[in-house]
Amino acid sequence: MIHATLKELTRALAVRELSSRELVSAYLDRIAAVNPTLNAFISVAERESALAAADAADAARAAGQAGLFTGIPLAHKDLFVTRQLPTTCGSKMLANFVSPYDATVVERCQAAGFINLGKTNMDEFAMGSTNESSYFGAVKNPWDVQAVPGGSSGGSAAAVAARMVPVATGTDTGGSIRQPAAFCGITGIKPTYGRVSRYGMVAYASSLDQGGPMAQTAEDCALLLNVMAGFDGRDSTSLDVAAEDFCRDLQQPLTGLKVGLPKEFFAAGLDGDVARVMDETVQQLKQLGCDIVEITLPKTELAIPAYYVIAPAEASSNLSRYDGVRYGHRAAEYRDLNDMYERTRAEGFGAEVKRRILVGTYVLSHGYYDAYYLQAQKIRRLIADDFQAAFAQCDVILGPVAPTPAWNLGEKADDPVQMYLADIYTLSVNLAGLPAMSVPAGLSVQQRPIGVQLIGNYQQEARLLNVAHQFQQVTDWHQRRPAI
Amino acid sequence: MKWEVVIGLEVHAQLSTHSKIFSGASTAFGAEPNTQTAAVDIALPGVLPVMNRVALQKAIRFGLAIGAKINQTSVFARKNYFYPDLPKGYQISQLDLPIVEGGEITITVGEAEKTVRLTRAHLEEDAGKSLHEDFHGMTGIDLNRAGTPLLEIVSEPDMRSAAEAVAYARALHGLVTWLGICDGNMQEGSFRVDANVSVRPQGQEAFGTRREIKNLNSFRFLEQAINYEIQWQIETLEDGGRVQQATVLFDPDSGETRLMRTKEDAHDYRYFPDPDLLPMKISDQEVAAIQAELPELPSQMKARFVEQYAVSSYDAALLTANLEIARFFEAIVAEQVEGKLAANWLNGEFAARLNREEKTLADSPINPVRFALLLRRISDNTLSSKLAKQVFDAMWSSELSADDIIERDGLKQVSDVGAIEKLVEEAIAANPKAVEEFRAGKEKALNALAGQVMKASKGKANPAQVQEILRQKLA
Repeated sequence: MIHATLKELTRALAVRELSSRELVSAYLDRIAAVNPTLNAFISVAERESALAAADAADAARAAGQAGLFTGIPLAHKDLFVTRQLPTTCGSKMLANFVSPYDATVVERCQAAGFINLGKTNMDEFAMGSTNESSYFGAVKNPWDVQAVPGGSSGGSAAAVAARMVPVATGTDTGGSIRQPAAFCGITGIKPTYGRVSRYGMVAYASSLDQGGPMAQTAEDCALLLNVMAGFDGRDSTSLDVAAEDFCRDLQQPLTGLKVGLPKEFFAAGLDGDVARVMDETVQQLKQLGCDIVEITLPKTELAIPAYYVIAPAEASSNLSRYDGVRYGHRAAEYRDLNDMYERTRAEGFGAEVKRRILVGTYVLSHGYYDAYYLQAQKIRRLIADDFQAAFAQCDVILGPVAPTPAWNLGEKADDPVQMYLADIYTLSVNLAGLPAMSVPAGLSVQQRPIGVQLIGNYQQEARLLNVAHQFQQVTDWHQRRPAI
Repeated sequence: MKWEVVIGLEVHAQLSTHSKIFSGASTAFGAEPNTQTAAVDIALPGVLPVMNRVALQKAIRFGLAIGAKINQTSVFARKNYFYPDLPKGYQISQLDLPIVEGGEITITVGEAEKTVRLTRAHLEEDAGKSLHEDFHGMTGIDLNRAGTPLLEIVSEPDMRSAAEAVAYARALHGLVTWLGICDGNMQEGSFRVDANVSVRPQGQEAFGTRREIKNLNSFRFLEQAINYEIQWQIETLEDGGRVQQATVLFDPDSGETRLMRTKEDAHDYRYFPDPDLLPMKISDQEVAAIQAELPELPSQMKARFVEQYAVSSYDAALLTANLEIARFFEAIVAEQVEGKLAANWLNGEFAARLNREEKTLADSPINPVRFALLLRRISDNTLSSKLAKQVFDAMWSSELSADDIIERDGLKQVSDVGAIEKLVEEAIAANPKAVEEFRAGKEKALNALAGQVMKASKGKANPAQVQEILRQKLA
């Protein structure tokens, strides 16, 4: 039962093959069984209250008042604020914080009938690519507990991969949905910036953050995106466009689809396994009728410095509110106001968060702003222009998600620059605000999953999901499961 | 050495909106601490600001009224600093592309008119309040005010005296209340003034080093603070000292300014465009609609008063200092009162009386209709201006009309020719010496005779008639 896709669960519930109570109970059992090993959840819903919600869902279904997702469990990344469970952002700073309001995404999922089974572990304030920066300890990769699950949505990725929930929400600022999805062998989509409301989604870098679904299949991603996406007046950057059904194009054949391969994505530094999986994926897409075209994204390398200026700059400001005055951690002892700020923040934030706050503060400082922040914004525009030039030649772009499969826990923990370089294929998408997804496409010789990335033009999520779905009709990588 | 004073003002005008600039919480003054605070105002994790379009429209209204450029793409920026009453750790303000750029305001100091140029006016949110009393060594934080919309109005350093600075601040205060964009309540902090003051040797082009006096909440303090600061700076320089760029606070009790911080410990605010708020786009239609709704402005009304009611430019300036006095004036002249007469009385006796009793126009015991009747009794010669003042005093402390008081106190001016002739004849008979002097060509002697007649009439004889009849009789 727990290995079913979201799509299958909706059918099974609709025809009463199973009840929400059975479903919730089975997933809670699964969480209890594997979470101690994987550490994917920071908090898990009380069994009693989750079962009560399940009973209410079953009752609604019996009364003919159920929606498609009524009574189906999911989990939220622990930076979507919830009234029901604490929202920690993986930080000591908010270790005991309970929000008095629900994020828009949480509200929408709840309104659609989903039952929240818990809050998933993550890199502290979404800053990291391995989940090792979480105050609550690293998440282990379900495929190999020696391996990192990726980050920052590593908890959500591991939870779906280990079938602790059928689907989960994630967020992606520089690859935080796509990279953990790739490392854990699941499917995830980062929508166009503005698709999913950021209201109640704790900010890391506001102009880059975007929520999205993480699931087993492209179809499940489409189903959950239908729930998560939509205009929200409480988010001024929300896209004010008509609602659309992201499932509508899933069945379209790919004949004649132009798939662009950016030559910069296949340059030196690409791991042998990843290169092999890329080749196999290209062959598969050709068989599905796609035309492959070589394209160029010349500013690809500049995405790393641009991102690591803009994101820390915004973060340094976004995280100023954690000052110990109104909520969250406050140092037990302090001499005066400044001492309270200093001790509170020194104690409350981990090393990676402090590093990014310092970088961000530096690049915004008087005398440095033009050289760093303004320059990075110019690069950002050039990167967006590169993509537009590319989309004149192709319909979607195909490339790796990360240069390598998941590495070992601790392997890069002491070398932030090595870690930052591993984000090279995902960052430019956030800088441009484009939609992109990660699709399981193979395994490394070490039996660690490898994902490929599909990048679309603005608001072309339905097309990306179509390509991924068609690919998943002829491959079974998304059905492979870790042994755990 | 002769010194020249240079002053520029930054005014924070609270925009009168029902809800805050980026949240739906109320902006009403005086509520229990921390009861008017939405999630956005206390900066809970995950909250986002949403622009209050009404605040934007009020800012545009101001810009149009001063002939400024409206930036139809305007950008919010974050001003980063830590303070307990600043919940986000940054204030949302504007740096590049403020909503209003340029513009000017004409001020009147004494008889002279002067134009003060404005640099810019930008939208921003207010911070909360830190309360240092009553918390036993700790600080209380009230965030009710956090997120209240402000328009920060920055002038060029165009003022050359405290009097000019006060005249500008008053003109600005008059304008923002006139436009209905700010309630102007200075006690409640709706209109706060920062003054940048420097001095330089007369004739020198380069500005001296300025000090900024923060948060002046009355025109009197503004004047006192600037005058103190000018004197302090001149004395410092004449003693061979140097003025350091600094922010100072004015202490109303001592009448002195004291150092708050120098430039060295000034914050680096690390401004950058707020990624939570897209640049505001303002269409031509929106600007045109706001333009169309602009009321007649003080400068336009002043010109009209001169034209329509033949009042002096000086009087017209006083009558258009704020919308209340302008409306009061027009309500009086609408009751068939000559404009000049109404202006003389409003700017003279009436203003002096309000001032003496520290009252505002709203507290006036005499409404325009009652006032108009009094003035009509002057025009129709029922009252001399002297008697009219007596009636005015009586009206101030009663509900009676001018006619009731004239009747009650028998103050009616005597314009009956027969009665006046009789008094004149008596005066001529009683003062042969004065008569002789007048006939010998001494014009002044006539005044002495007229004075006798007025005295005999107990001040009620029509003075013009007395003069006329005296001349007839002595011819």
